[in-house]
Amino acid sequence: MFRLLARRLALIVPTFIGVTLLGFLLIHSIPGDPVEVRVGERGISPERLAYFRHELGLDQPLWKQFLDYQGQLLQGDLGRSVVTQESVWTEFKTFFPATLELAACALLFAVALGLPLGVMAAVRRGSALDYGLIGLSVTGASMPIFWWGLMAVLIFSVALGWTPVSGRIDDLYYVEPWSGFLLIDSWWSDDAGAFRSALRHLILPAIVLGTIPLATIARMTRSAMLEVLGEDYVRTARAKGLAPGRVVVVHALRNALIPVVTVLGLQVGALLGGAILTETVFAWPGVGHWLVESVQRRDYNVLQGGTLLIAVLVMLVNLGVDVLYGVLNPRLRH
Amino acid sequence: MTALLEVCNLSVAFGPFHAVEGVDLLVAPGEVLCVVGESGSGKSVSMLAVMGLLPRTGRVAADRVAFRGADVLHATPRNRRRLIGREMAMVFQEPTTSLNPCYPIGWQIAEAMRAHHAAPRAEIRGRVVALLGQVGVPAPEQRMRAFPHQLSGGLNQRAMIAMAIACNPALLIADEPTTALDVTVQKGVLDLLVGLQRERGMGLVLITHDMGVVAETAQRVQVMYAGQVMEEQPAAPLFAHPRHPYTAALLDALPERAEGKPRLPTIPGVVPGAGDRPAGCLFAPRCRFRTPHCDAERPALRKAFGARVRCHYPLDDAGQPTGYPA
Amino acid sequence: MSATLAAPGAGLFRRLLENPGAVAGLVVMAVLIVVAVAAPLIAPHGPAEQFREHFLAPPFQQAAFPLGTDSLGRDILTRLIYGARLSLLIGATVVALSLSIGTLLGLTAAFAGGVLDIAIMRLMDVLLVFPSLLLAIVVVAILGPGLTNAMLAVAVVLLPGYVRLARAAALGELTREYVVATRSAGAGVLRLMLLVVLPNCLAPLIVQATLGFSAAILDAAALGFLGLGAQPPTPEWGTMLADALQFYQRAWWLLAFPGIAILVTVMAFNLLGDGLRDALDPKLRR
Repeated sequence: MFRLLARRLALIVPTFIGVTLLGFLLIHSIPGDPVEVRVGERGISPERLAYFRHELGLDQPLWKQFLDYQGQLLQGDLGRSVVTQESVWTEFKTFFPATLELAACALLFAVALGLPLGVMAAVRRGSALDYGLIGLSVTGASMPIFWWGLMAVLIFSVALGWTPVSGRIDDLYYVEPWSGFLLIDSWWSDDAGAFRSALRHLILPAIVLGTIPLATIARMTRSAMLEVLGEDYVRTARAKGLAPGRVVVVHALRNALIPVVTVLGLQVGALLGGAILTETVFAWPGVGHWLVESVQRRDYNVLQGGTLLIAVLVMLVNLGVDVLYGVLNPRLRH
Repeated sequence: MTALLEVCNLSVAFGPFHAVEGVDLLVAPGEVLCVVGESGSGKSVSMLAVMGLLPRTGRVAADRVAFRGADVLHATPRNRRRLIGREMAMVFQEPTTSLNPCYPIGWQIAEAMRAHHAAPRAEIRGRVVALLGQVGVPAPEQRMRAFPHQLSGGLNQRAMIAMAIACNPALLIADEPTTALDVTVQKGVLDLLVGLQRERGMGLVLITHDMGVVAETAQRVQVMYAGQVMEEQPAAPLFAHPRHPYTAALLDALPERAEGKPRLPTIPGVVPGAGDRPAGCLFAPRCRFRTPHCDAERPALRKAFGARVRCHYPLDDAGQPTGYPA
Repeated sequence: MSATLAAPGAGLFRRLLENPGAVAGLVVMAVLIVVAVAAPLIAPHGPAEQFREHFLAPPFQQAAFPLGTDSLGRDILTRLIYGARLSLLIGATVVALSLSIGTLLGLTAAFAGGVLDIAIMRLMDVLLVFPSLLLAIVVVAILGPGLTNAMLAVAVVLLPGYVRLARAAALGELTREYVVATRSAGAGVLRLMLLVVLPNCLAPLIVQATLGFSAAILDAAALGFLGLGAQPPTPEWGTMLADALQFYQRAWWLLAFPGIAILVTVMAFNLLGDGLRDALDPKLRR
């Protein structure tokens, strides 16, 4: 277990260097003058150009620039936004809780629905429920979620008026940011309306973002359960006279969870990718929205720093999944 | 005295394939019954049907399946579960895949007791240790925390046996309990089963394809072939005077009986499958004494020489078919 | 695996036809190809033709505009038909790019081993760390928006899958006796790589390519939607959705039909890919 963890940790270091190198090279391959790109000014005078060139270290050889960049990163310096002049890290910190809240709720929705649906479909293999679930999961996995999000807005917000069209909370409410998660902050704000408003804003985007993970989890759970239900140890469990529910959950699902968790880990990257689209559709003030805007504003510092942070996040999540995998699977532990 | 397990005319079909056909079975308390047959003869399927462990694709029909005189076949699932694992327990062929890889073996044994409230919660741990010791697992205190993949096949099978006897069952069904084990530990596990049976006065149904195992353990033997019972009689007379040509052929294939012969006799051909079931006697295509009558009419199970035998020409004490056309 | 490919036609195709999902996928694919090829013949209008007196006409009302018109008075059905061309073009180009480069890199890694193997696989690990859409956005942000760059970006994103598959399959094949035999008979590395090992690890690559088709269409549409892919007035389905943003709350048809087109197409390739996987590897059938 510890060796496994140590090996994974050791693998993270070269991947991290690779990620930063890739980001560094990509930014340097942007057409146009790097100073203009970095400073965000066009047609500046040669004196100012030379000044910035030296200031930004762009007169150094490329390898030295990369080392300097690494050094900055290790000190936690991700550069400043060309547009707002705010540090990238500070901006990320303001936008990230919104994304985390959305993604966590989406994942919760996907797991809370996908796991039991997959289990039920496997237990009642060949039933109408099973075929219905297969159909739904194929549809869900192919869903262009930006379209799905707009359709959901059209149906549930515009036509039925059940949920708000966009944003995180009604403008009426001011919630003192404490954790950055509106659901939590508004819960403590004594204003019941604020919490309800935050929840109503969150539901639709969370469902939309959770659709693809839901389809994937349900499908994976079903096939893992089908495999596990045919195993000898499930027969042993039934031979003990255990109740069917206990056989399915304690004996079968416990084993089926091992492959499902792997898929779940892979979903986190997809979830962050999907967050970009969902946040754009719902004007959700999160990291995805921030990054798309940075592209439109040609704010490459933000794009570089934000992408790097998300990559690091994905690496950490993958590490967490590896640990969870080891916890779930006793054969890996020893 | 009522029989422990009573099965009348049990049939199991998977689609068009008849895995078990018209099997009768009677186990008295404290008795050892061996069910013998080649793989595919339906011996495991019939026992799984009695336990209610067949997959849903298996269709089970019987005139009567009763445990201690109480109907099992039509019992509600809940009532059946009260019986299974407590009064009537089963040990399977593959110990390593039959134990759940995600839980320590001690936990799995304890679960059987908890499910049937077989012991007060506080005593369960001690009982598990005692059980593991009883089935010959060394250092039970440590081993109970081990996962199946950390133990050998032999130890896993002992853990399986401990799990099966955890609730003091009156009947233990062991399905090829030694087949998957190394030859060196087979005897140990077999001796354990027989020893436990004697100590606790359990009924034991031992399913095997190994006549050697039968010789060491059985009081009564039932020989199955292609889903039917071919012969049934107590062990000693069966080994002395098999009445069915199939039993005779099985015994001839035992190495210890083949001494002096240039090569071990085998039974030519294979067990009929779904597509090639003969209309007459199922064993006819492989039988030394096959006649046109055998192909035309399927024999019934009948009494002959004190045994029950499904043959038109049961063998006499000299091993010759009786009533055989000249 | 070599046995399944020895007779790629009959057995495989029969097993594929037993799978209703795969059949549905094949039918949709066939329809799409016909529509794409015959677009100028079957489309009622030109893709950029504007009918000033008919903008935002609702669907199912006028025979001339069966699916309605958009905010510039262009016929939606026509644009969807021409969009099918683009989608197939995007899928084919992206898959061709990532499949060929990915397979080559994977085979190289497997054959070369050592430092080159490590370098290639580490690079793929690095690519995999980025959420695919984010990586595509970064690439497009650098190359500049547009259909060609979007296709390039998506091809880069899909690369690691093929590299890993090709490498794994080739490593599996390299230990087989026939490869050892061909090697000892003095076959050159390139010959061995392309003519001996490659055909035998095609099966998983074909499946991945089919699934890659749907991923390519989906990601390209997403880029189009974000304004980073095909630019207006190109009738690309994702771009059409981006165009619809301004008016969709009062003209649902601007939104509904392009989205359904994307969904059905992506689903068809997914179903076909799943069906192919099942047909090629009966062990995986459930």
